[in-house]
Amino acid sequence: MAGSGHRLIRLRTLVHVIAPRAGKAVPEGFRRLIAIEDVSKRYADGTVAVDRLSLQIPDHSITVLVGPSGCGKTTTLRMINRMIEPSSGTIRVGGEDVRARPVNTLRRSMGYVIQNAGLFQHRTVLDNIATVPRLLGWSRQRARERAAELMERVGLDPAMARRYPYQLSGGQQQRVGVARALAADPPILLMDEPFSAVDPVVRRSLQEELLRIQGELGKAIVFVTHDMDEAITIGDRIAVLRTGGRLAQFAAPDEILSSPADPFVEEFLGSDRGIRGLSFLSTRDLELDRSRVFPVGSDRREMSGRAPEGAPVLVTDADGRPLGWADPGSWDGNVEALEPYGPVFEVGRDSLRVALDRTVLSPTGQAVGVDGSGKVLGVAGQETVAAAIRSARRRRAADAPQEAPAVKAGR
Amino acid sequence: MNGFFDIPSDLQHSYGGLIAVHMQEALVPVLAGLLLALPVGLLCVRHGWLYAPLLWTSTVLYAIPSIAFFVVLIDYTGLTQLTVMIPLCLYSLVVLVPAVVDGIRSVPEETNAAASAMGIGLARRYLQVQLPIAVPAITAGLRVAVASSISLVSVGALIGNQGGLGNLLTTAQLYGRPRLAVSSVVTTAVLAIVIDALLVLLRRVLTPWQPPSGRAAGRSGATPADPAAHTAEGAS
Repeated sequence: MAGSGHRLIRLRTLVHVIAPRAGKAVPEGFRRLIAIEDVSKRYADGTVAVDRLSLQIPDHSITVLVGPSGCGKTTTLRMINRMIEPSSGTIRVGGEDVRARPVNTLRRSMGYVIQNAGLFQHRTVLDNIATVPRLLGWSRQRARERAAELMERVGLDPAMARRYPYQLSGGQQQRVGVARALAADPPILLMDEPFSAVDPVVRRSLQEELLRIQGELGKAIVFVTHDMDEAITIGDRIAVLRTGGRLAQFAAPDEILSSPADPFVEEFLGSDRGIRGLSFLSTRDLELDRSRVFPVGSDRREMSGRAPEGAPVLVTDADGRPLGWADPGSWDGNVEALEPYGPVFEVGRDSLRVALDRTVLSPTGQAVGVDGSGKVLGVAGQETVAAAIRSARRRRAADAPQEAPAVKAGR
Repeated sequence: MNGFFDIPSDLQHSYGGLIAVHMQEALVPVLAGLLLALPVGLLCVRHGWLYAPLLWTSTVLYAIPSIAFFVVLIDYTGLTQLTVMIPLCLYSLVVLVPAVVDGIRSVPEETNAAASAMGIGLARRYLQVQLPIAVPAITAGLRVAVASSISLVSVGALIGNQGGLGNLLTTAQLYGRPRLAVSSVVTTAVLAIVIDALLVLLRRVLTPWQPPSGRAAGRSGATPADPAAHTAEGAS
């Protein structure tokens, strides 16, 4: 045990010396599963799709390949299961060169999810999902039992088993696509822009579902998208590729947002990367102001006495749920006359990004923080959120060396 | 109706017998044409450059009158049914090869990519994915080929009574019995319609996975546009 640990440390030091970025790319405790080593893809006409790309893709995590069209992200994905053969370089899975195995055996050992699902339109939902188990020689009955199990896992109604793809919505089809990819329980899942063709609401629910499934199964997922928001939402690690198939940056989402490697990455992130980075900071330690929260029926003098001079106060019902804002000087106690309190944030669950957003939406500049049951815990203004951001950044910077893989705030 | 089904004995067949001969001479060539078109169509899809010259050749063959074919073929195959069926088979290719090609091309790109990514080999992909999805296009081609073949068989009457129901046309002239000609034409037309209906039925049986078209679309519980299905999706 001690010996292997020692070797691991030496290996890490070695990797660190050769390529500092690659060394940082794999978080502690995660086995490198897919190793892309100096891989290039050049076509006969001279186009370079992928240019000397090296990536270490860890197990039990979602690695997102993101970039503009023509950056070689899909090509890279398809080289892993040899739908495209590299011109040079090597790809290893679990240490073994992917060329060592017959190509169809290799592909059956990796799940693949494609844009628009690519379901077999002539087969029922159940038989679509059972495809790979059948190819692996399972009996029809066992394959179908497994398929039914997976329908449940991806949140499909069992009544859909006998339906054909045309009878499903786009989102349902994509769920079937994910179930089909998981059917033979492969350790690796390759996903090629799987959620690009569905509407934003459905995409959101598919992303959440994927994160849930990943939490249960812990696959090595390689996910291709051109959407940076999607990459940030689902990725444990993000590889940003630039046109011409070169790696621009490979890091955790919050690191990419807070310190983009170069102007290309910065531009690709868009103009609001600072705000988006707040998605990774929790509202748990936000200092909420309780002095301006009063249950309905409180004494007016007490209100104007305790709250800061001239500031509006938040009135709650007897259970502590928010009712609305009031000016303690002029409010007559009529609940109907309160100013609406706007959307709230859930303390601990929502990120500072949500809290900041709520302060912007609030008529008073104060966002209402509630607990899981909707009871008011306090209010916070933009200055309070800003202070929380600064202290969270300081803490994060101090913690950075022994940082565990970033745990995302819910939204 | 007198004389309609009363076939002169020199044709050596009853009314039913003539129908059987006619069907055999019409359908066997189309079947052979289909068996030929399936691999040829696949080759045309895999090697795109083959398609244009093949289509061109089959169109030229189609333009050659069957009589001309008979003249050439009689030297080799004599005054037999085979002499009639060979040109019919070649004619069917002009419809069937494009039908197979269109059918295979109708398989969506992502379906092919998904099949390949799941480790489904080329032969298996052709038989288990592409052909089933090509069924609607292929049956559409078959319907045209069969109808044309059923009508063309009658020309065989010109080479020693090898024209099935078409033989009634020459006999009608010979014996001055126009009713036999009417019988020939009507029966041929009815046969063509019946076989066409059977092909439509066959397609329905083979493709339960196709969305019901037109007015039937509202029947199915959850088409992609169905608001109920959509809401369920959003809620989950």
